[in-house]
Amino acid sequence: MAETTVKSPPAAVKSFIDEVCSIPGGESINSCIQCGVCTGSCPTANQWDYPPRKVIAMVRAGLRDELLSSNSMWFCVSCYSCTVRCPRDIKPADIMHALEIIALRSGKSTKKSNTPIMYRCFVDSARGNGRVYELGMMIKLFLKTNPFAALKLAPVGLGLFLHKRLPLRPSRIKGMSGLKAILDKARELGGAK
Amino acid sequence: MKYYTYYPGCSADATASPLGISIPPVAKKLDIELKELEDWNCCGSTPYWSVDKLEAAAMATRNLALAEKKGLDLVTPCSNCFVILHETNNHLKKRPEFKEKVDKALAAGKMKYDGSVKVRHLAEVLYSDITPEGIAAKVTKPLKGLKVGAYYGCQLVRPDGFDDPESPHSLDEIITALGAEDVDWEMKARCCGSSLVMPEQKVALGLVNKLLKNATEHGAECLITPCPLCQINLDAYQSVVNSQFHTHYNIPVLFVTQLIGVAMGIPAKELALSGNIVSPMKVLAPYL
Repeated sequence: MAETTVKSPPAAVKSFIDEVCSIPGGESINSCIQCGVCTGSCPTANQWDYPPRKVIAMVRAGLRDELLSSNSMWFCVSCYSCTVRCPRDIKPADIMHALEIIALRSGKSTKKSNTPIMYRCFVDSARGNGRVYELGMMIKLFLKTNPFAALKLAPVGLGLFLHKRLPLRPSRIKGMSGLKAILDKARELGGAK
Repeated sequence: MKYYTYYPGCSADATASPLGISIPPVAKKLDIELKELEDWNCCGSTPYWSVDKLEAAAMATRNLALAEKKGLDLVTPCSNCFVILHETNNHLKKRPEFKEKVDKALAAGKMKYDGSVKVRHLAEVLYSDITPEGIAAKVTKPLKGLKVGAYYGCQLVRPDGFDDPESPHSLDEIITALGAEDVDWEMKARCCGSSLVMPEQKVALGLVNKLLKNATEHGAECLITPCPLCQINLDAYQSVVNSQFHTHYNIPVLFVTQLIGVAMGIPAKELALSGNIVSPMKVLAPYL
């Protein structure tokens, strides 16, 4: 009888799985049984290049470039339906966040979705003032993506403004220098590894 | 009197200002003291979590460190702030190596956090500490005959909320406590599209359309929600949904505290009812 041997995954596959596992919330990916409850629970799965179940399979198959350049995780709305339903207590939403981080870090994030740009605009705003300035962030997003979309959305913005819900000035925290020192140190520590 | 440290979050001061405005008068009537956390910063929200988890956690933890000095539960009315601050606490507890890095980052800003703060959502405080009975006891203008649908959204109840993640009931009980007619509808804890409404408007508004359809088919005359982002998507974008999907929705979406305030006889102005894009004045007229 031929001897069967269990092969360990190739180094490239293992390193991608390790990369996902290194980010808080990504650790549980190896428990996936590919049941598909995550995909069935996802309100936007029909938009994803690869739906949630397949995303997890692709991480474990080491298909790093295909996955990181896809639009998939950028359609995660963080509704956590997958997370509360997963029979293996995996946190698919956290895995999607981890993949977003890796995609941005590696410069592979897709141009098929505007979400990576929106997230960057949001973070710049939060870092800049200590609080998010929603109007400024929205203007920056539309200038970077599609200025014409801004025109279409002008009635929504105007509605919010007329109902006193769109301040024209950002709010800035007093402890900006302390916050900046904290965030700079976090960056120096090399992110969550 | 019950005492808490209050974390409004960025939206309650801006795009969700009717939420921020309606909370203090309602809290006063319910004998809740909410002391605003001094110099709080943005929780980081989901975008920061998806760009760099350590920076995001450091940003969130600055708030927890400030709150720890006060020794009270930290209460936020924003579902996203709740998830971020609560999950940051969880990460710090479960992952010592991660906590070590966050500690180092905080130290650079001369701060430290021992992990003792309990983060709570305002809706949970209303339900668990004040209780529907306690709220009912303060009702002076019962909302008899008003058909109200509770819209929970996602992050109040998932991933780690205080109510059933699939079929929550706490806000329904509050609606009943106000004397209103609680409308049961299937999609009350399904997603509104969240911040995807900015980069992927069509997809997000498709979800909003499904929610509004389900709620109105069940006879809701207005909705209540605790979440700033849910409220904006369902209220400010309702006219865009109507033009994109050829629908005719005209359903006011109130913040939970606004409706509680009406039932407790608080004047419309103090509840910023004029701040809602779809005006609630017609459906609320009999009670104002």
